[in-house]
Amino acid sequence: MSGELHNGHLYAIAAMAVVTLLLRIGGYWIIGRVPLTARLRRGLEALPVAIFAASVLPLAVKGGPAGWIAGPVVAATMYLSGKEILALAAGIAAASFVRGMGF
Amino acid sequence: MSAAKPIPFTLAGVRHGVKLCLPFVPGYFLFGAAIGALAAQKGLTFGEALLMNAIVCAAASQMVALEMWRADWTWMHVLAVAGVAAMVNLRFVLSGASLRPWLSPVRAGFVYPALGVLTDGAWAASIRYNAEGGRDFGVLAGSSVFLWLTWIAAGVPGYWLGALVTNPHAFGLDLLIVFTFTATLVPILKRTRQFMPLAVSGLVAVAVSYLAPGYWFIAAGAITGALAAAFWTPKGAP
Repeated sequence: MSGELHNGHLYAIAAMAVVTLLLRIGGYWIIGRVPLTARLRRGLEALPVAIFAASVLPLAVKGGPAGWIAGPVVAATMYLSGKEILALAAGIAAASFVRGMGF
Repeated sequence: MSAAKPIPFTLAGVRHGVKLCLPFVPGYFLFGAAIGALAAQKGLTFGEALLMNAIVCAAASQMVALEMWRADWTWMHVLAVAGVAAMVNLRFVLSGASLRPWLSPVRAGFVYPALGVLTDGAWAASIRYNAEGGRDFGVLAGSSVFLWLTWIAAGVPGYWLGALVTNPHAFGLDLLIVFTFTATLVPILKRTRQFMPLAVSGLVAVAVSYLAPGYWFIAAGAITGALAAAFWTPKGAP
């Protein structure tokens, strides 16, 4: 287990690719093999919002003042304009500004 | 049950999927520059960096893996990097699961190749399209393949010009995923008003992010939020 590998970079990249592929197809595969009850369907319907919230909130909170300000700026811009590209630009501008101020 | 109805696959759907993902392209190139700089700095060749973009194609895990990249490797190190990639990318299990109610009727031979190159952006655009009533599988296939190719393309200037983005932090590029996900979440929330699973998932995820290392908070929050929706239903829900 401790011998050095030739082409270690390539093994590492391949290993990452294999586990990531298994994860990409695994969830879809499993859910096709259990009965789709009304309860499971309700859970799956809520899953997208739950994934978004679970990814966004901790990262925004831990992003410091830039995250606390730019996150809500993106949400507000998106709510008012409905344009992703505008919301993205507003977020980057807000974060750059806050970080530029030294926070 | 709507699952019995066949799911269309049209060229118009593919084009629509591409169109939905256009807003993500600038972010992909910015992120590609940040990762390309790191890859060059850690001694990956141009070919290796492109290969990683092509077959891993998951920016956050590439970022974390490159942070722990080394010059010489043993099988233990390969295993460690694969383990980290698995943890960061665990959310794909949930993204895939969330696509099942929509794509169940589509032939496995079509779905799995598209899932193989699924990215957060393609998933977000597709699930929003589906939440708004769309059913064309072409949208998922088109957006997945388009963003996969975009990510490979982003690796080219990324590797060579990445050194110019010396401080991604200053431009809030570490928050890019927060921005793109928030921008996608808002319209879904406007339509579905799923505030209960949102709150449960967000609160659990924030708490777990302080209690557990790594990226467990995504799975912990998302699963709790989905369970909450499954077991507590508002009055009048079907």
